[in-house]
Amino acid sequence: MKNSPTIKKEQRTELAKPEVTPGLCYTPRVDIMETEEELLLLADLPGVKREDVDVRFDNGELIIDGRCAPRHEGANYLLSEYGVGDFYRAFSISEHIDWQDICAELKNGALTVHLPKAETVKPKKVTVKCE
Amino acid sequence: MMNRQLMLVSRWQPFSWSPLEEFQEEMRLVRERFAADNRPALASSYPPVNIWGDRDKVYAEAELPGMQLDHLEIYVTEGNQLTIQGERRQRELNKGVWHTQERGFGSFSRTITLPVSVDADKVEARFEHGVLLVTLPKSETAKPRRISVKAE
Repeated sequence: MKNSPTIKKEQRTELAKPEVTPGLCYTPRVDIMETEEELLLLADLPGVKREDVDVRFDNGELIIDGRCAPRHEGANYLLSEYGVGDFYRAFSISEHIDWQDICAELKNGALTVHLPKAETVKPKKVTVKCE
Repeated sequence: MMNRQLMLVSRWQPFSWSPLEEFQEEMRLVRERFAADNRPALASSYPPVNIWGDRDKVYAEAELPGMQLDHLEIYVTEGNQLTIQGERRQRELNKGVWHTQERGFGSFSRTITLPVSVDADKVEARFEHGVLLVTLPKSETAKPRRISVKAE
């Protein structure tokens, strides 16, 4: 389920000219879990195909960008409870992340992003010696 | 006299089904039925559903991201009731600490009464990229039949 939509989204093209994308932009619902090894991020992106999703990690910020073309436009609706549009959400990640090893998979509209923690921040077990 | 008026406007209903509740329920159904044109109606339950139709078919679409097909059941009963039910389960995950949990999980069941009767044997359902699309062909009696007008 989607939260309330923001109106428009700006995109930067190669010519550095801002281009406004027509249509609504939704904030996807996300679960975040932290294990000892990694940060796991699960997002609901229904209707988004693998080639239309863009996951970027830029300077401590993780950005999820999913494009979803409107489906069944102009149909004679009898009941309309949700709209169809693009998804966008950005997170600040304070943990030190091995950004080269970030991987993501999209299955049935659910995106899973694995952000492995850097070695320096992984909890290390300290052996206690008995004297 | 004063007491009875107060009871009508308060939320406490002494009987299980009062005329006021029935009226509110009717209004909610009317609102749901006519909510379209880029104004999404408030979904009364999960999952939110879009329904539209053309001359021959009725289509119902629901967003169910991360749903596994063997936990999803779709039924068509009484010729015009569509039931979508199942259980949305969280993935098997290792031990960890949850920072944020916004997605809901659990079992759900939703029955929608369609405005026309459909042919239950020809109903098809597809689940792609987390979106479920159910195509229900209208039954022959429900299709519009053109009546020719004889002129005198």
